[in-house]
Amino acid sequence: MNLLELEPIRVLLYLVGICAFVGGNAAYLVLAERKGAGRIQRRPGPNEAGWAGILQPIADGIKLLAKQVMVPPGTDSLLFRAAPLMVMAPPLMCLATIPFSDTLVARNLNIGLLFVFSFGSINVMALMLGGWASRNKYAIISAARVVSQSVAYEIPMLLVVITMLMVAGTMNLQEIIVQQAGGFWHWNLFKVWVNPLMPVTFVIFFICMLAETNRAPFDMAEAESELVAGAFTEYGGMGFGVFFMAEYANIVVGCCLATILFLGGWQSPIGVLSGGFWGLGWFLLKLYALIFTVIWIRWTFPRTQFYSLLNLSWKILIPISLVTLLLTGVVMKLPLLFR
Amino acid sequence: MTATKDIAAAALAEHAPHETFTLNLGPQHPAAHGVLRVLMTMDGEWIQRAEPIIGYIHRMHEKMGENRTYAKFLPNTSRIDYLSAMHYTHAFVGAVERAAKIEVPARTEYIRVITSELNRISSHMVWWGALLLDLGGFTPILYAFDDREKILDLLEGLCGARLTYCYYRFGGLSNDADDAFLKGTRDFVKHMQPRLQMYRDLVTDNVILRKRLTGIGPISADICRKYGATGPVIRGSGVAYDVRRAEPYSVYPQLQFKIPTYTECDSMARYLVRMDEMEQSLHIIEQALDQIPAGPFMAAKVPRVLKLPAGDTCYAVEAARGRFMVRIVSDGKDQPYRVKLRAPSFSNLSLFEETSKGMILPDALAMMGSLDLVIPDIDR
Repeated sequence: MNLLELEPIRVLLYLVGICAFVGGNAAYLVLAERKGAGRIQRRPGPNEAGWAGILQPIADGIKLLAKQVMVPPGTDSLLFRAAPLMVMAPPLMCLATIPFSDTLVARNLNIGLLFVFSFGSINVMALMLGGWASRNKYAIISAARVVSQSVAYEIPMLLVVITMLMVAGTMNLQEIIVQQAGGFWHWNLFKVWVNPLMPVTFVIFFICMLAETNRAPFDMAEAESELVAGAFTEYGGMGFGVFFMAEYANIVVGCCLATILFLGGWQSPIGVLSGGFWGLGWFLLKLYALIFTVIWIRWTFPRTQFYSLLNLSWKILIPISLVTLLLTGVVMKLPLLFR
Repeated sequence: MTATKDIAAAALAEHAPHETFTLNLGPQHPAAHGVLRVLMTMDGEWIQRAEPIIGYIHRMHEKMGENRTYAKFLPNTSRIDYLSAMHYTHAFVGAVERAAKIEVPARTEYIRVITSELNRISSHMVWWGALLLDLGGFTPILYAFDDREKILDLLEGLCGARLTYCYYRFGGLSNDADDAFLKGTRDFVKHMQPRLQMYRDLVTDNVILRKRLTGIGPISADICRKYGATGPVIRGSGVAYDVRRAEPYSVYPQLQFKIPTYTECDSMARYLVRMDEMEQSLHIIEQALDQIPAGPFMAAKVPRVLKLPAGDTCYAVEAARGRFMVRIVSDGKDQPYRVKLRAPSFSNLSLFEETSKGMILPDALAMMGSLDLVIPDIDR
């Protein structure tokens, strides 16, 4: 009997795999970000530790781990310690349902999409708790910002997701990908016959994803030139390190979802070579292309203003996403009238 | 924008007596650019009162001026506003020359203008990068420093120093400008003009930057006059006040340049004034390079021990941040009786308390960035 067919062993393998994937991504995306920023800013970036700085994340990790975890007096020490855990757990959970290829998925849930979004929203609460428990004025301002930003951006994001749900007719992420088989023109991004505004929908999703993960130009939570380090001001050592890792883990989850919903997941853009390792390759290629875009945006644009951020959501993104929702509904149900 | 302001005003009126907290911004804060401390009374993110508290880097420059000879005080002038050291040295040297009635050779004046304008460009580049850092854009400062490096290399080749030059001497310069410097400056002007266009494409025309600065922190010309704000701050409020034209010194009357002014009074106006000034400075440098005569670089008779005749002398220059004036009161000894340094950043900061009322914190910091403060210049 094949050992891989034993359920406990599969669970263990997926657990280790996802943790390693998140950890490795968080560590090496930091390096990629610093290298990318270096390129954009005409400087080499970290290049001392190992060949071309390849060991830099390990050096950073050792430094962060070696630091004492400080809990400043006057803080709510339970919440203060719990916040980094709570911010790290949701992306790990979300990755359990993400299909990396046609066979490589930890749990192929029928409610995958719902699962990802319900866990994704915990992240905000953790940031808020971290900011609140710190008893630092900058952290509290940041916590308040995070909440209103998240409320503002969850709405258009979920409206977009409902649109995609109507197009796909299923919440199973694997099935959503299977529907997009056969060349890039079958990807949801280009399905303009279902909804002429599909590329716009993708842009809305991407903007909301940036805002949800607190990435520039929407990094209100950190805003280092205004709020020192925002919600993380009082965190040092690995407490801060975990927040940092969670940020990257959230970016990975967000980009995974964008890939699955709009870019055909592990489907090949040319219609052939989508199975097995090829699928994994295509998936990672699309994923890292999106992640690179996220990094690129951060090092190009200044930070937006807080009220223009909210204005963008309430006055532009929510109306447009409502229109796309309506339009999709009309286009889908119109043929029924003429039957 | 106006709608947001109305909401701010309404929120202030409604919650004014209660629910405020004190935020101590600085003296170690990323947006403080050094050791400025601003004590803020906040209503949520709205500022009710922001009181700048200065003096953390007070070094008694004025007192130091009183108990040493003129030549010994000269290096101090580079260290007041370290980003525009040339202008500050120019003002002190100019005041001494005016009091001692020293005739400065024409070549010297042209070299002073060229180096001063180079210094103005390098100072504006630091401001540009730092403002973008305040706004959360990390990349521009490295582009600016890349170009600034070229200026620093030129000035290093000229006088050996990269930041605190102390290049001007009473009656002349520490050494003559060689052909390498003049040619290097010409090359730099050619290099810089397309770079300014690149700055415009990358940053100035960016929609996020425009939203962050347009309409933010309006400072009327009246407020500027009330607090004595000068330089790009008052020019951004529509007043064409420039010491180079208002109280002409050196060879500026012989040079053609425009005084950029904008009437919008907001942070964007001050931003655009500085961007235009860089262009005008390049223009001035080009003209000065064309007109520079040959000749000596030191005045013929400068006494070794300088004793100014008893009296009161002022000399003002247009530094990168505004009007810098040195006033020397002499009682005929070899040390001045009193040295007064009129620093532009001090006046420019003074208006912050009045104008920041009712602003939201990030906007107030954007406005503070557009004032281009150098803390050692405020504290002296």
